[in-house]
Amino acid sequence: MSSTAAVHQDDHHHEPVRGWRRWVFSTNHKDIGTLYLLFSLAMFFVGGAMAMVIRAELFQPGLQVVEPDFFNQMTTMHALVMIFGAVMPAFVGLANWLIPMMVGAPDMALPRMNNWSFWILPFAFAMLLSTLLMDSGGPAGGWTLYPPLSLQGGNSFAFVIFAIHLMGFSSIMGAINIIVTIFNLRAPGMNLLRMPLFVWTWLITAFLLVMVMPVLAGAVTMLLTDRYFGTSFFNAAGGGDPVMFQHIFWFFGHPEVYIMILPAFGIVSEILPTFCRKPLFGYVSMVYATASIAFLSFIVWAHHMFTVGMPLGGELFFMYATMVIAVPTGVKVFNWVATMWKGSMTFETPMLFAIGFVILFTIGGFSGLMLAIVPADFQYHDTYFVVAHFHYVLVTGAVYSIMAAAYYWLPKWTGNMYSEKLGKLHFWLSTITVNILFFPQHFLGLAGMPRRIPDYSVEFAEFNLWSSIGGFAFGLTQLIFLYIVLKASFGKRTQELPDRVWEGAKGLEWTVPTPAPHHTFEQPPELRDEDLAHGDVAH
Amino acid sequence: MAHANNGYYVPHGTTWPIVGSIGLTTLVVSAANFMNGTGSFWLTAMLGGLAIVVVMMFGWFGIVIRESEEGELYNEQVDVSFRMGMIWFIISEVMFFAAFFGALFYARQFVIPWLGGDGSGLATQQFLFPDFEAAWPTNGPGELGGAFATIPAFDLPLYNTLILLTSGVTVTMAHHALKHDQRKPLIWWLAATVALGFIFVYLQATEYIHAYADLNLKLTSGIYGSTFFMLTGFHGFHVTVGAIMLTVIMFRCMRGHFKPDNHFGFEGVAWYWHFVDVVWLGLFVFVYIL
Repeated sequence: MSSTAAVHQDDHHHEPVRGWRRWVFSTNHKDIGTLYLLFSLAMFFVGGAMAMVIRAELFQPGLQVVEPDFFNQMTTMHALVMIFGAVMPAFVGLANWLIPMMVGAPDMALPRMNNWSFWILPFAFAMLLSTLLMDSGGPAGGWTLYPPLSLQGGNSFAFVIFAIHLMGFSSIMGAINIIVTIFNLRAPGMNLLRMPLFVWTWLITAFLLVMVMPVLAGAVTMLLTDRYFGTSFFNAAGGGDPVMFQHIFWFFGHPEVYIMILPAFGIVSEILPTFCRKPLFGYVSMVYATASIAFLSFIVWAHHMFTVGMPLGGELFFMYATMVIAVPTGVKVFNWVATMWKGSMTFETPMLFAIGFVILFTIGGFSGLMLAIVPADFQYHDTYFVVAHFHYVLVTGAVYSIMAAAYYWLPKWTGNMYSEKLGKLHFWLSTITVNILFFPQHFLGLAGMPRRIPDYSVEFAEFNLWSSIGGFAFGLTQLIFLYIVLKASFGKRTQELPDRVWEGAKGLEWTVPTPAPHHTFEQPPELRDEDLAHGDVAH
Repeated sequence: MAHANNGYYVPHGTTWPIVGSIGLTTLVVSAANFMNGTGSFWLTAMLGGLAIVVVMMFGWFGIVIRESEEGELYNEQVDVSFRMGMIWFIISEVMFFAAFFGALFYARQFVIPWLGGDGSGLATQQFLFPDFEAAWPTNGPGELGGAFATIPAFDLPLYNTLILLTSGVTVTMAHHALKHDQRKPLIWWLAATVALGFIFVYLQATEYIHAYADLNLKLTSGIYGSTFFMLTGFHGFHVTVGAIMLTVIMFRCMRGHFKPDNHFGFEGVAWYWHFVDVVWLGLFVFVYIL
């Protein structure tokens, strides 16, 4: 950290260029962060529309709205779009906006590559979504692409595989940029253990991305060659094994789950202290817990495939390893609760979403523990119980944290304060409807309703009806969020906001003007303990 | 370039990434169409996409090289960013190969024994493939691709091992020459490394031809052919890329680029070369010998 200042190509052009060039050619971390976030918002609604199709078909038993094959395309695409298009880019967008400001850096470490990381995504998703218009339709074998089923689809298969390659390429470049920025561009004095937790969780997430995205690339490449070039990786006749795909896929897939939740942990750990007006409880243990979860994520993958036929020793190992994850996760949840304990709490919208996260994510964590138990999983596997589980951790977990982050930092990004009334309306409607949507799915799963099937036995009709009503209501509610974000981003600025938008907020991003200027920290800031979010500073 | 101070360089605006995205998309869309058998036009389009990517690389690297050689924009901290970026990129590459090594190990340790009736595979074996006996190499119970022979380890692969190990030494000698500012030895050692790299690729190509023409060992020869050709193929591709990178570095050295104390471009390529070297050692042991 020898640097003292940022050098720009031309000192006199500190304002962004106007028009489309600003966005397409940008090397600015804030502009690229905005692009990521808007892209993610668009994909959130695209994936959401697919979910609406699914819930419409499941509104009542029997086949009424769409063909079964199209239903399968919807479940597959909904997952791919939400995972790779909505949640991951949203977190990368937040990282772009926030990490340089949080560590006192002038920009991301490799600004040109940052541009490429984003600008691959629109092309990759154009490719992926275009498969829906092909004669053979989109991929319909589930987002996990298990062979042999996934190899039996139409011509769209190659497009899906290449789209995944491009997304992986983008993710790896983005992750490398984040790691390098954190290791190399911290302001003098910003020791690792003084970094905000959002930075810490993203550092570990980026490590996971670098480790597992190439494995996904390898797995889908094997699918591609099995389908088009006659290899036998997943073909028993040639000495291969379809189960081998599942092992390789979930070696990627399980860390991927944590890629989608660790940054959420970081966000919640930023927001709770602000609105509790207390430092985060157990900062260092939070860091160690995050690292432990990341380590464990590499040795639990086969809990996704307990029913596939593994040796007993394997089942036991993966069961116990999975349950161990509850320990560091428990450390986190208890730390959040302890942060709130005796805090001077207020309940602005970001705080509501953060508390909603802590409670509802924990429900998802508990159902995960149930699924970790091998004999129980034999019953739950591939039922709606699993669907309920991962939607609690992804919707009320990852998505809630992203919304909390959006409300929390929106004033800093745009200079506009959102309407607290609308924000609260959004939160409460979301929280009520999301539980109507997903909670009954636990019961459906326990009663044996299989996932990814467009029709069901009449005994499941009532819970599905409620779930669909909740789903439509949740979907509509998100239009409030869209309105709030667009109004803050493009609406007229009505009031002057202070640098420190929230009175309890700590961290370097609150020491720069609101809205944040195009370039921040061209001179590394001087660190003062009272500005730092938490970290290993003497309290 | 009026900025001789000690700040971190943040470029303003860049046109090459979007060109790269267009090139990559053209390449993969055309490849997908071509693989689906929708006409040879797509082969041309693929080459077009590849050409755009190559132009992008020339343009993008060109800017970076100019900035690095002419200006004083890149301070020590920028250098560290490049180094870290390269290291993490190589780690991601290692993990890509790990997926294929993992497939090889899983197939040999679990799939083949199970297909041969080991453990819970007993019933499957008796009812589905009663004649199959677990062995390696194999093309599976279906004997896909017909009988084949394998390439003996202590023949061409051994020479290739020696060639790559030697090239690791020569590139290190070049590095030492660069550090001591001995430009002539630098270029000669580099030229030797490039030559060894391309000789390796040439020998791999003859090995492939031999496998296809004489041994009936093909990509379609069951799991052995799959793992053999995918592992050595991706490695050969990486060696080719590495050799091209070394060639570029050699021409840059001939133009007087790099300084004894500042030559990230050289070191990044050298690291990459050592990485393909190490992967080869893994291949030699696990694919050829064992």
